[in-house]
Amino acid sequence: MERDQAVRARGVGKWFGEVVALDGVDLDVGAGAVHGLIGPNGAGKTTLLGLLLGLAVPDRGELTVLGVTVGRALGVPDGVAGFVDGPGLYPSLSPRRNLRALAALRGLRPGRRSAVEATIDEVLDEVGLAEVADDPVRGFSLGMRQRLGLASALLTRPRLLVLDEPANGLDPTGTRQVHRTLTRLAGQGTAVVLSSHRMDDLAALCSSVTLLATGRVVFTGPVADLAAAHGALDYRLRTTDPDAARTLAGAVRGLVLVDDPHRAPAPDTLVVRAADPALDALVRRLVEAGIAVRELAPVVAPLEAAYLALTGSSDDHRGADHVHDHQGRPGDDHHGHRDRSELLTGQPA
Amino acid sequence: MNALVTPARPQTVAARPAPVAAGVRFELVKLLASWRARVLLIVCWLAPAVITGVVGRQSLLPSDTVFGRWMNATGWSGGLVVLAFGCEWALPLLTSLFAGDVFAVEDRLGTWRHLMIAVRSPRRIFAAKALASTVVIVIMVTGLAVSGVVGGLLAVGNRPLVGLSGQTLPPDEVAGRYLLAWLCVLAPTAAFAAVGLLGSVALGRSPMGLAVPALLAVLVAVLQLLPIPLAVRLALPSGAFVAWRGLFTAPVQTGPLVTGVLVALAWALAATVAAYLIFVRRNFADLAHDGSGRRFVIAGLLPLAAVSAVAALVISWIAPSGSGISQAKLERSLATAYGHLYRLQTDELHRPAVTEAQLQTTATCDKGGSLVADEGAGNDWRCVVSWRLPGATAVGSAIYQLDVTADGRYKADGDGPTEVNGFFLVRAPYGDAPNPLWQFDGSVDLLGGS
Repeated sequence: MERDQAVRARGVGKWFGEVVALDGVDLDVGAGAVHGLIGPNGAGKTTLLGLLLGLAVPDRGELTVLGVTVGRALGVPDGVAGFVDGPGLYPSLSPRRNLRALAALRGLRPGRRSAVEATIDEVLDEVGLAEVADDPVRGFSLGMRQRLGLASALLTRPRLLVLDEPANGLDPTGTRQVHRTLTRLAGQGTAVVLSSHRMDDLAALCSSVTLLATGRVVFTGPVADLAAAHGALDYRLRTTDPDAARTLAGAVRGLVLVDDPHRAPAPDTLVVRAADPALDALVRRLVEAGIAVRELAPVVAPLEAAYLALTGSSDDHRGADHVHDHQGRPGDDHHGHRDRSELLTGQPA
Repeated sequence: MNALVTPARPQTVAARPAPVAAGVRFELVKLLASWRARVLLIVCWLAPAVITGVVGRQSLLPSDTVFGRWMNATGWSGGLVVLAFGCEWALPLLTSLFAGDVFAVEDRLGTWRHLMIAVRSPRRIFAAKALASTVVIVIMVTGLAVSGVVGGLLAVGNRPLVGLSGQTLPPDEVAGRYLLAWLCVLAPTAAFAAVGLLGSVALGRSPMGLAVPALLAVLVAVLQLLPIPLAVRLALPSGAFVAWRGLFTAPVQTGPLVTGVLVALAWALAATVAAYLIFVRRNFADLAHDGSGRRFVIAGLLPLAAVSAVAALVISWIAPSGSGISQAKLERSLATAYGHLYRLQTDELHRPAVTEAQLQTTATCDKGGSLVADEGAGNDWRCVVSWRLPGATAVGSAIYQLDVTADGRYKADGDGPTEVNGFFLVRAPYGDAPNPLWQFDGSVDLLGGS
């Protein structure tokens, strides 16, 4: 194992009774990396995060956290912090008292009260809760609780930060604040493993992702590779002359017109399916024909499209509609996207 | 921006399993952060004083509760009435509210994983929670004990207490026995608290976990009313809740008390171990966990039933067969109590002093006539007490109707002659005074020789 590797999992399995939560999971997260875990509900993300936090031990395989192999007993090495299944706060206590109690439990120099208090003030300030530090948590919004959960994880200055849906319930300001904090921590060498259903979060934060489905790794690698893994995407095209645009689009090789009234919110909008080269060709032709492009945007974000395809959740975002090839004939879509089996190995072929 | 997040490389701070003491402090902070807990603490420390102070100044007394009829005679009675009432309801209820909730609250709040990550040891979490709930329960029990007696002493005074054998106990001796009685009931309180822990651990956020000690108290109370064998009765965890009364008899009835304390401690140990084993085997990564009634029955109730069965078996070797309430024991207890109380009445009336030895009191009891065996609990006991006065040839006699309960306590109700036990009050030189022979409480030693 590399010296700076924060997490290394090989063939990790975990069962709850007869339910297989994780099945042969491999995972590598280096120091300073922000690694995202994605997958449908019940895919095993929280279980994997729980293993990293020492809430359970693997039933099979080998898990090494911060250089220490996790044994059969609960608990992981020092330097790991985070939360799963919500930040876990006591509503009758204030943020300050929650953190003070946590500091005492984690042995943060109880003899140096002022130092602990200063640290508490710092983490509260870091997550933007300094002004409500003495209010009961009972009245906090979900986003404020999330930020307090992050503060409690920061209290021990972790080398591995494990967060389950950290941006859940956050407003845009809170989201930016959390992103800033995590990015800064990663820059300082802290490894961050987080789960999220928000693809924009993952795209903004993560250098790499692991996609889980039914306890197995479906994809692991850089975010850009996952986004590219899907190949052709559906794009919404709005122009000044929809009829002419439709004619031009039908003539572009590698581009398919999708007749989907649900995705074409306005009469002047087309939905086309294409990989980047075909899309570039279409735009060039539109410009040459003097047709102004008012909008050209993916119907589904690339990361989300890949997620939906790889987890088998995709039913209509791309392939179930009426499609027409470049000669205007109805036909199958064979352009650009890869077979799912290619992606199971991790790095796209 | 600050020292915490700006170092070039974050330094890990030690985060080994949290010390149990820190865990106990944290649990106490959480428990006492609830206003309900704080109110309950205040009630425990103030309400008994108010009640005993007010009742002690009235003529209408709770004579159905042991020592209740003496509440306006000595302040110590107030504390003992609080103890008796606490043993019936308050102590099981207190354990329900705290020990029964100390684990379940984490399920309700969804904070188990947070706590596990912070403490990093289920064993230490269990120890901290068990100790913290014990601390709170002891604080409350102490409040009941102190408050009850302080209210009584302030309102009525530090006077001698009439014991359950009619004997007069000086205040300093009462103080020692009072303290010992409260210490003894800590054992069954611990048993109920441990059962509360067990319910809380095994049943998760279910309200049933919270109610387990209270349900056990109801079940035990119902069993106490039934004509069950003495060995089974003494194998129940609440034995010491009743047997402390033996500290106020002459001689002291140590058998049921020691048995009750030992059985209660065995229950506490078994329930705690069962709760511990269930807790440390819990999978904290399993989000679907929400307690298990099956686990509660198999890993919790069955061991406790086994403890009771073994205790009943052991007790059956040393305990007399039947109910433990025989005619001879009842006659002996009644004669002893009557002798002491006759002497007390003599003092109140400023008659020539007599001693119990001079009185040579005896009693003859019969239960329900010739068709019913003279044994066991019932309100159909009828006794004739006889005594002699120094220098008199005639033998005095008085009749009493006895209501004997299965725990050995009885209430003797005077049935004549009128001049001895017919009136509630006697006319003393200093004014009217309660007639100690009109109605009095006594106790049969269930484990004593026949």
